[in-house]
Amino acid sequence: MDYLTAFVVGGLFCLLGQLLFDLTPFSPGHILAGFVVAGGVLGSVGVYDRLIEFAGAGASLPIASFGNSLVKGVLLEAERHGLIGVLTGMFELTSSGIAAGIVFSFFIALIFNPRG
Amino acid sequence: MSQRVGTQSVLLDPPPYLSATATVGGPMEGQGPLAGDMDRIYNRLLAGEKSFEAAELKMLEECCLLALGKGNLNVDEIDYFIAGDLLNQTISSGFSALKLSIPYLGVYGACSTLNLALSLGALLVAGGVAQHVMAATSSHNSSAERQYRYPTEYGFKRPPHAQWTVTGAGAGIISREGGGPKITAITTGKVVDLGVKDPLALGAAMAPAAASTLISHFQELERDPSYYDLILTGDLGQVGRQVYQEIMVREGYSLPRYHDCGTMIYNLERQPVDAGGSGCACIAVVALGHIYQRIRRGEFNRVLLVATGALHSPTTCLQGNSIPVIAHALALEN
Amino acid sequence: MAPRIPSRLKLTQQEFDQITQKITPRPPLARNAVIAFLSGGLICLIGQLLQNLYASFGYSTQEASSATVSTVIFIGSLLTGLGVFDQIARFAGAGTAVPVTGFANSLTSAALEFKKEGLVTGLSSKMFTLAGSVIVLGVVTAFVAGIIKSLFL
Repeated sequence: MDYLTAFVVGGLFCLLGQLLFDLTPFSPGHILAGFVVAGGVLGSVGVYDRLIEFAGAGASLPIASFGNSLVKGVLLEAERHGLIGVLTGMFELTSSGIAAGIVFSFFIALIFNPRG
Repeated sequence: MSQRVGTQSVLLDPPPYLSATATVGGPMEGQGPLAGDMDRIYNRLLAGEKSFEAAELKMLEECCLLALGKGNLNVDEIDYFIAGDLLNQTISSGFSALKLSIPYLGVYGACSTLNLALSLGALLVAGGVAQHVMAATSSHNSSAERQYRYPTEYGFKRPPHAQWTVTGAGAGIISREGGGPKITAITTGKVVDLGVKDPLALGAAMAPAAASTLISHFQELERDPSYYDLILTGDLGQVGRQVYQEIMVREGYSLPRYHDCGTMIYNLERQPVDAGGSGCACIAVVALGHIYQRIRRGEFNRVLLVATGALHSPTTCLQGNSIPVIAHALALEN
Repeated sequence: MAPRIPSRLKLTQQEFDQITQKITPRPPLARNAVIAFLSGGLICLIGQLLQNLYASFGYSTQEASSATVSTVIFIGSLLTGLGVFDQIARFAGAGTAVPVTGFANSLTSAALEFKKEGLVTGLSSKMFTLAGSVIVLGVVTAFVAGIIKSLFL
């Protein structure tokens, strides 16, 4: 069952993205940034987490989840440590993704060359 | 003595000869329908070099040397080398001039560069200050892609109106005496802008420039489309060429013998190039290769080359400017 | 800069806009959307498989999720290095761009592309040319959300 919801919800995220790519004059960069901001907004009111509970990887793999994780980290730390938590919690939950992106990209770029 | 006609055109007298040409192409061009007319095909985008820029330079240098060889000339006999390309600071041209060691005039006309360089060369030769001039231009899909758009390995879906930058180079030698077709007239374009902002929609953006230059050419020289066996635009592609034809019909011109290099250089049905070719090398490879050879065989006697160029940069597009465009026309006659 | 219409043409701006709009082909909306749905859904399904696998190792939900995201980033990055990601994405469109595979591709493609301009001045400094906007705007959103929550609620 969780495979089906992951497939459908993840697919719907991508379908929405494709429609935005094709129907708006914005670049992919604009639209993906929009997904992150939207994920952050939905995360701040707690909606995104419910979506993850429902769809698992279908909601945690689309890039909107990155915005949600940033917000969640901030809100958790702010609750515990007050205002400074807004800064200290920023990368609490996203550090693994960012670190993985940097490290893998670095070594893969060392090994391979662009093929054009 | 050459004669200026109207505000944009010049009738060249004595008309200089386009005495020798050479073209080279990359892998995608080598799989296209005109591969047999190219002097050399590189099966790899890197052409054995370390970067795409170095590969483009190698192709341009090689092409210039091939043209010299075919014209039986050595570098000392060429009075000017006029070249341009798409890369910032026209590095391919400048660096190739270093190797050739010919007095160098670097020009920039984006994809209209071929006609810009040929026009200037023809004016110098007809004006009596040069015996031989070499005009050359190049483009490379990957070096253009990484400068104008995205890293080459970045994944995105190209819209169906996008065009594919041609990898290759073309060089032509303009001579006071010799064989080959004569460059009889040139019409230099004015920059126009019809408000297109999408840097992937260059074909449509450039169509009015081609129409404007062509109509100036017809009006000033009192010619009409039937004067030519072939009118050839540079890189309007599938979309731009239809926009162009529609504009010409509305302006009262029918173009029975019209082709666009961007739709000729690839097999649009089989190759993943969407709306066709673009880039400096698009018209250079088609006009100086396939078409030039057919003129020399007498299959065409009067050909009008209309090279179109978009004069934007990524910076101007990001700052919200629309895309200024230009087209230069040049008549080749046997 | 104001548009400048060539004086020899009778063409008006309006006519030109009509012509280009009529001739410019529209992307096949339905086809693209279905492909994006299927390919994106497939990536998320694979992600779910990984997540369940990691969970079976005894990781917590949060840990399993982080491990899944990292694994998918690795796959996207590797496919970019192998030169096949752009081929897949040309077909899949948003299906590969919206999941974190797109994030990985934007980082790795930039790092690869600018490697020739130096390890420091190219690869490392240009890595975030595409993905930087996502991080900056995500952080700003989270900051604003955090401030509002901790000051006003």
